[in-house]
Amino acid sequence: MTAGTGTPAIEPAGTPAIETAGLTLRYGNFTAVNDVSLRVAAGARHALIGPNGAGKTSLVHALTGNVPATSGTIRLGGEDLTALPQAARVRRGLTRTFQINQLFRGLTVLENVSLAILERERKTRNFWRSATADRAVAEEAREHLAFVNLDAYAARPVHALPYGLQRLVELAIALGTKPRVLVLDEPAAGVPAAQSEAIFERIHALPRDLTLLFVEHDMGLVFRFAERITVLVQGAIMTEGTPAEIQADERVREVYLGRRGHHAAA
Amino acid sequence: MSGLISILADGIAYGMLLFLFSIGLSITLGLMRFINLAHGAFAMCGGYAAVVLLNGFGVPFLLTLPIAAVLTGAIGVVLEQLVIRRVYPMPELQQVLFSIGLAFAAGAVANILFGPQQQPMLLPDWLTTRVDLGVVEITGYRIFLILFGLVAAGALVALFNATLFGARVRAAVDNRRAAEGIGIHVTRLFAITFGLGAAFAGLGGALAVGFLGLDPTFPFKYLVLLLMVVAIGGPGSIAGSFVAAVALGAIDALFKYYVPEVGSFVIYGILVLMMVFFPKGLASRRAA
Amino acid sequence: MRLVRVGAGLPLLLLAVAGYFLFPEYLTLFTSLFILSVFALSYDLLQGHAGVVSLGHAVFFGTGAYTAAILARHGLEEPLLGLLAALLVSAALALVLTRIVVVGNDLTRLLVTLGVGFLVFEAANQARDLTGGADGLSDFTMGPVLGLFRFDFAGETAFFYSLAVLALVYFFLWRLAGSPFGLALRGIRENVRRMPAIGAPVRRHLATAYTISGGIAGLAGALLAQTSNFASLDMLGFERSAEVMMMATLGGTGSIPGVVLGATGLGYLKDALSAMSPKYWQLGIGIVLMLSVFVLRGGIAGAFTALLRRLRGRA
Repeated sequence: MTAGTGTPAIEPAGTPAIETAGLTLRYGNFTAVNDVSLRVAAGARHALIGPNGAGKTSLVHALTGNVPATSGTIRLGGEDLTALPQAARVRRGLTRTFQINQLFRGLTVLENVSLAILERERKTRNFWRSATADRAVAEEAREHLAFVNLDAYAARPVHALPYGLQRLVELAIALGTKPRVLVLDEPAAGVPAAQSEAIFERIHALPRDLTLLFVEHDMGLVFRFAERITVLVQGAIMTEGTPAEIQADERVREVYLGRRGHHAAA
Repeated sequence: MSGLISILADGIAYGMLLFLFSIGLSITLGLMRFINLAHGAFAMCGGYAAVVLLNGFGVPFLLTLPIAAVLTGAIGVVLEQLVIRRVYPMPELQQVLFSIGLAFAAGAVANILFGPQQQPMLLPDWLTTRVDLGVVEITGYRIFLILFGLVAAGALVALFNATLFGARVRAAVDNRRAAEGIGIHVTRLFAITFGLGAAFAGLGGALAVGFLGLDPTFPFKYLVLLLMVVAIGGPGSIAGSFVAAVALGAIDALFKYYVPEVGSFVIYGILVLMMVFFPKGLASRRAA
Repeated sequence: MRLVRVGAGLPLLLLAVAGYFLFPEYLTLFTSLFILSVFALSYDLLQGHAGVVSLGHAVFFGTGAYTAAILARHGLEEPLLGLLAALLVSAALALVLTRIVVVGNDLTRLLVTLGVGFLVFEAANQARDLTGGADGLSDFTMGPVLGLFRFDFAGETAFFYSLAVLALVYFFLWRLAGSPFGLALRGIRENVRRMPAIGAPVRRHLATAYTISGGIAGLAGALLAQTSNFASLDMLGFERSAEVMMMATLGGTGSIPGVVLGATGLGYLKDALSAMSPKYWQLGIGIVLMLSVFVLRGGIAGAFTALLRRLRGRA
């Protein structure tokens, strides 16, 4: 990977890595995402927070194409992705992870990551060569596994791993798609505090030219790892700013921190 | 004109039978998410029960119907309690394999007990005589079937919409966990509902002998139609199943009569087209 | 699993050849078992590898059988050309049908495959001129294989001919299972929701698998028509679709040698039970299918792997 933009882009400037305009997602009468215009700068560590049911996961769905948006546009580095299905967005560099593990449970850890690489390289059209004989793919897969400290588990089937380690496989698979923008939906969900620390430490170590947008509940982690924060309430953006600004914002305190303050310590 | 009406009457009577066959399948799919490809076996069971009672023991026709229904329902409850409820939580493939196996076994047992031939059934005179309706003459049996189907559908709608039992079933179809949360005994509800579905299929089977015939291939013969009724009507929807069954019955009869060369294709053609244009099925609607 | 997959091919082949010397009077039975194995392997590519069920796979088997029979009636007597044509026609039909099979969930897929199965059955029944209707086709003769090996009464040519096709299909599918495409199919089986999130063209993968599977099923059908000199409606029927589903499941979905063993074992059982009466075979199918859901979840291959694991654990 090439070097990042040098200094972290704190202020959104220039062409954002990913940008939505008026993004809206309705399920019947219920508006899950309401007119969201979000800009995430290249190389950003951008957090998406909000109380339960604020529509964070719905926004991730609409952004990455899991669920087609009702209206609005999505641009990745200037290119309009709105009409593209999820797989096509992934191939252009927009990848997500899931709040609840979505893994290939019966395959080995190495196969999980290799599959993502093989799909990216369009090698899955080959039905004659041995998948394991592809040195380049195996090497890259092992690099991703080494990055998340799972190299020792490469040959194990995923379902045999403890949940905390499975969360890291979730991340390693996403890395196998070589994203430009990675959307992480509560990467440490369902994991004890000590381990979520380790997961975020790995996320923090990702190369700076990879743009990160992540949903997280734990305010302690958000304020430590995010450089910019967007607050979502009832499907719409309430405010956006630096961690310091968000911490100082009375309205945020009211809708979010006030009620869930005890969570910050967790 | 009179020809058209008598064919339509045929088709609607056929539709009523399809409705009785399929309502249990619809409910088990909507409620337990169980794909029961063996549901036709319950209809067959009711059919054989009626034949044995009528031909073997001389039980009057009208009395064979409730007995067939109760007997089939009882068999359904026993099967549900012994094995089928253990299949509910399994993946779809396992459900399919299990229920196909059950249907094969049921057909084979019928073959061993009663032989491969069509079962004769002596209907009472008042059902075989033709009734003059002014424009057209229809056999009493068609009229009986249509009236019976309407009454059964009405009774089911009343049961599901106006009783506590029905409210519980609807709640469980909508959201099983929430239903459990408010104290509905879901396991028992499943058993009763399954038995009820089997009983209606048995009733339909008993009624069908004099109209569609009965042999050991019965469980698979109407399988596609039953699944279509459920897919079009929406799993768990009584009104939907009723409309779908009557419509399919009428369409099938019309085409088989007027264009016999392609008649048997039409239903399968509709099925395939339906799936092309509504790949998610028309079945995503809510329960009745 | 891996060990079983790699190691079982050659012993199975040797076993088949040994059968030729040990039970020369059963060559016809062996031939039909080989053909069933080819058919079961074709279906297992869908159910075992990609996790996609179908209740109408006999459509392709029957298409292959009729293709070979009809071509032979019109003078194409070279069996290998007939096989090739059957492969292509069945694969083309499968490709056309993927559009409706690949969409939707398991329930709609079951409905569609069932519907297509009945539709094709009816079509074949009506097209009497082409298919012979309920009587089937038997007024054709097959030439010698490659112009050299005549189909004989003892069934020796048929035996080796079918075994050769089985071995080729086995080898091909074994390569496929270990290939990137095979891995992608297993990915679909393990988690179809994640696949688009890694940029995978799921529909395209399924369409490819379905086309290959249909083509191989057509090969199996053609083999049966050529070696038995007969093509009939039951080769298209629902019962055959249900049987193949059962064979693949019982053998252990996704395990190639397991499927061959499953098809062979059940084929033998069918032969034995049907000899008494078809109804006993149906009862047998039914009971075995119901039991298979509760015991033997991984099929024969699964049981074998578990046994190996246990033996190793003790050592």
